[in-house]
Amino acid sequence: MASDSTARRPILALAPRFRGRANATVGICLLGLVALWLIENIAREPKQFALVFLAGITNGSIYALVALGYTIVYGILELINFAHGDVFTWGAMVTYTVAVSWIGLDGSQSGFLLFGALLLALICSAIFCASLNMAIERVAYRRLRNAPRLAPLITAIGMSFVLSNLIGVIFGFSYKSSNTLLPHGAIFNIGNQAYGWDKLIVLLITIPVLLALVWLVKATRWGKAMRATAQDRDAARLMGIDVDRAISFAFGIGGALAGVGGFVYFAYFTQARFDLGFRLGLFAFTAAVLGGIGNMAGAAFGGYMIGLIENFNNGLSWHTPGPDWTESIVFILLILILVFRPQGLLGEALSTRA
Amino acid sequence: MREQFSARLRSRPALGVLLALLVLYPWFYHHVLPQSSQWIPDTSTAFVIVAFTVMGVGLNVVVGYAGLLDLGYVAFFAGGAYVAGWLASQQFGGGLHSPRTWIFGGTVPHGTLGIHFTPWLVILIAAMFAALLGVLIGIPTLRLRGDYLAIVTLGFGEIIPQFVRNGDHVGGFNLTNGSFGLTGIDGLGFGNGVHSALPFLPSNFVEQVDSTWYYWTALALLGIAIATSLLLRDSRLGRAWIAIREDEDAAAAMGVPLMRLKTLAYLIGAFFGGAAGALITFQAGATSPNAFNLQVSIFVLCMVILGGMGNVWGVALGGFVLAYVNYQGLFAAGHTFNSVTGADIDISEYSYLIYGTAIVTFMLFRPEGLLPSARRRHELHEEEELEELIEAQPV
Repeated sequence: MASDSTARRPILALAPRFRGRANATVGICLLGLVALWLIENIAREPKQFALVFLAGITNGSIYALVALGYTIVYGILELINFAHGDVFTWGAMVTYTVAVSWIGLDGSQSGFLLFGALLLALICSAIFCASLNMAIERVAYRRLRNAPRLAPLITAIGMSFVLSNLIGVIFGFSYKSSNTLLPHGAIFNIGNQAYGWDKLIVLLITIPVLLALVWLVKATRWGKAMRATAQDRDAARLMGIDVDRAISFAFGIGGALAGVGGFVYFAYFTQARFDLGFRLGLFAFTAAVLGGIGNMAGAAFGGYMIGLIENFNNGLSWHTPGPDWTESIVFILLILILVFRPQGLLGEALSTRA
Repeated sequence: MREQFSARLRSRPALGVLLALLVLYPWFYHHVLPQSSQWIPDTSTAFVIVAFTVMGVGLNVVVGYAGLLDLGYVAFFAGGAYVAGWLASQQFGGGLHSPRTWIFGGTVPHGTLGIHFTPWLVILIAAMFAALLGVLIGIPTLRLRGDYLAIVTLGFGEIIPQFVRNGDHVGGFNLTNGSFGLTGIDGLGFGNGVHSALPFLPSNFVEQVDSTWYYWTALALLGIAIATSLLLRDSRLGRAWIAIREDEDAAAAMGVPLMRLKTLAYLIGAFFGGAAGALITFQAGATSPNAFNLQVSIFVLCMVILGGMGNVWGVALGGFVLAYVNYQGLFAAGHTFNSVTGADIDISEYSYLIYGTAIVTFMLFRPEGLLPSARRRHELHEEEELEELIEAQPV
């Protein structure tokens, strides 16, 4: 559609022959500057850089899990599920309820009990968030599937407020926190700082979940139905696919990923608050856009990129804006990507269906 | 134009009565209404209600007319508020060591430190600054599709407060006073010169017993906003916006310059956001970055949705209702509930839960709002009406 072709027109109305080159040149210059900045930082403090890098990968795992939920739903409905970040917060809260309130983990447990309790919390969180996301789709989005484009988006924003403030009303508006849940022992040391088990465990949870997702989407009948629905809803319906169930399935998977993300977040950071999902959801959405929205590998890649950017900005010291500016940097990145490269870094062509 | 307006007023006596009631509200408040009642807003609350309604009417130009979902309207509020603070406070006074003073007809005594313009001019400058901000935000982003635009504006709505919060050492210069915000901002007023010539016009509204004059100022601004909106709606420009809203591609094919008109919608929406922001800041006497968050943008958006996207009167009504609920009704209801049931709940904790539910409910069951514009209603129910048409066809 024409609206899409206008979306890709660059700002400066240069002659077509030059404008592609101009955009590319500016992009390469920017990337070069970033690379220079990274190399200088590595040269100055290699140990600090390694630590920040590992922390970024850990944070990035959480962004990747949430970003996948955005991308799956966007891929199938072309809807920015604004409430997704708050589904994630619910995951963290369910984890808190199960692991801390019910089982009473307080950092003194270890071994089998700890493992079992955390696994239970993980499963509860994933199931709860999957059901929640499916319920949201059923209640709030299904009626509006054929409405003007902005209607479901506005509903999603309303839903986001409902979900986050419901947490506030039920759990209170202040932080819910616990003692350390994951074992913190050092695996190895870099300089005088340790790389602990907790960071590794985050990766050990995230990576199998991502692989399971790939299998689910690529190899199962449900995944196939979902992909077919994303490609062409009407054709899929003609082929006998229950489109409503396929969409519901997509929301379920997205919710489950957010649930896992919420679990990992609470287990790793041991605190959560009702409005956690707003900032984190936006970061994860940026990650999804960065990788190319609708593209699952891109969302995971984008998640790790955002995690790295955040931690580089917070942890490095040579000409670094610092934590006060993290949000601005991420949002400026979001704006730049949307304006100059809406198909994302991994470059899958944007779907043009409106 | 004026004849048209007065003719319109004459043809709608209800409108005239409503206008009179609104203008005379401070008198009613002091002489007729029970002041002790929790349900009756005092003049300063009435001022805030009207000022936020101005923002709703401004946002309606963007969301209702042109169909551009703006989730960062608070950025214009912030822009207007800080311009008011910069041009009418002691922020740039330089302190004791290097006192600086620039007074251009402000309401302050001679020799006060800092920049002090006439507050009326400041409101205009603030509105123009916000409009400029709107254009600057709009030019790179308005090419984006609707939902992307919403997210990008939301990003700007977060970036600008963060910039304000971190702007206390821009190259060593304290521009925004960081998270403390600007304080000691001048009051609105006509100044001593006008006051001595026309004694019924107060030189400074802050010296008045209540916020009646602020309320009237806000009401005047609301009048300007509504009149502008109505004139725009019936103009060539308004029709072009509606065409863009209904079908961007068709509008472009008909020769509507999309970018220019979208930017114009942004500019006008931002103008009123900035003016209302400056006005609110003058009355409050201070401004801080904590006042600018997504909640404000959503709150104003709620007015537009609740009232009826595209219908100025609906949005004004939605603004009054929602702002009244937010600044008076909710507390009164909570208080009444607590005293009747003996409970002890803090109803303000529920406010955004209530707004969220209202947004979802309205979008699902009455997307056209309380007072819909007829055209918008058809648009939102296009699918159903088409189905009815198809069913009505003889087979």
